Amino acid sequence: MSRLSPGARVRVREDYPPGHIRTPVYLRGKQGVVERYFGAFENPERLAYNLTGPKKDLYKVRFRATDLWPDYQGSPKDVIEADIYDHWLETMG
Amino acid sequence: MRTPQDIGGLPEGPVDPSEHMLNFWEKQADGLRAAVGAKGLMSSHESRRAIESLGEDAMERLTYYERWTAALSLQMVERGVLTQDEIDAKVAQVRQRLADTGELEMTPSEAEKLP
Amino acid sequence: MNSDHHHHDHDHDHDHDHPHAPPQPDDKVHSYYQILSIALKELLIEKGVVTAAQVRQFIEKRDSITPANGAKVVARAWVDPAYRARLFEDGNAAAAELGFPITGTKLVAVENTPDTHNVVVCTLCSCYPRDLLGLPPAWYKSRAYRARVVREPRAVLREFGTELSDDVALRVHDSTADIRFLVVPQRPAGTENLDEDALAALVTRDSMIGVARI
Repeated sequence: MSRLSPGARVRVREDYPPGHIRTPVYLRGKQGVVERYFGAFENPERLAYNLTGPKKDLYKVRFRATDLWPDYQGSPKDVIEADIYDHWLETMG
Repeated sequence: MRTPQDIGGLPEGPVDPSEHMLNFWEKQADGLRAAVGAKGLMSSHESRRAIESLGEDAMERLTYYERWTAALSLQMVERGVLTQDEIDAKVAQVRQRLADTGELEMTPSEAEKLP
Repeated sequence: MNSDHHHHDHDHDHDHDHPHAPPQPDDKVHSYYQILSIALKELLIEKGVVTAAQVRQFIEKRDSITPANGAKVVARAWVDPAYRARLFEDGNAAAAELGFPITGTKLVAVENTPDTHNVVVCTLCSCYPRDLLGLPPAWYKSRAYRARVVREPRAVLREFGTELSDDVALRVHDSTADIRFLVVPQRPAGTENLDEDALAALVTRDSMIGVARI
């Protein structure tokens, strides 16, 4: 059972730890919505050092382009989606 | 802190859509990395981390497979598969061999990439 | 870089004249890293870590995977609703059905419709459905594409000749984990009478990345 379900409003942690991180900087601190749950995967932050476990839930998170970029040139319907591991996501009220 | 490969959203110029067929050496580098990966000696995750550790200069000045090659070298040393001394000695040997056969043709811009 | 230009032309000729010929050795070695690559290969073979045959097999395997594989998946999805459903349910299984095994990553198909257009990028490196489409094009790995397509995707698509109306919602997929995305383009109008092979021939690599339509 995953912690988050599709439709859940989330915020990406705004942290900047050193190491191999697969959460791009342009998404940190941004708000989005869980689009789907992919399952539990090995954590790349540990695989990068030849270490494994515990697995992390992985979600596809949808961000409105206008939320990421205040001066976005395009349609307000445009979205950016990224695959983000559970420990990078905070739930919103 | 932004690592050198984390470039989403940064300002950049137009995309150059031209095709680039891989050179012989690039295909070799790709195959070598795949073979090493199949032995469990370098996952894609470890390769990415090694490439990131090369720093900003490598991102700007090295080509794609040059970075892969640098990462493979680093990984083989970190995993204890090869020593840097062995690599340096073999590089010197290969360089001499290529010079002797007339196959070596380094331009000044390539020489600038020398570590 | 001049050296790249020289070799680009050189290899281009070979690949076109002899599509199944093995890659030809370059005339000259131009960089320290090229020497390093040869040195690493020789050392790893001497130590018995890999064999020359294994390296060659991986090169041959890479050469055997082309965008035509993905095109077959797309064409089957266009003509076979049950297959289409399976593709969206489990991309790996659907690709394997057609003889295209995908290992280590999860394939997820995303569908273009009259209302939605999808485009794929990896802003962090060069993640790409290599097991289905082969190696990514140079521009996919470029700084310009990776940096800009999440910031000004419509401008980037325009550079590829793809103009989207504001009625169409654009979805940019940033491949940040072990998921690989395949865009299923819209089937062009007027293709009702084409068979599956003829449809597959219409499906371009760029349409499966999402920078082009068909």
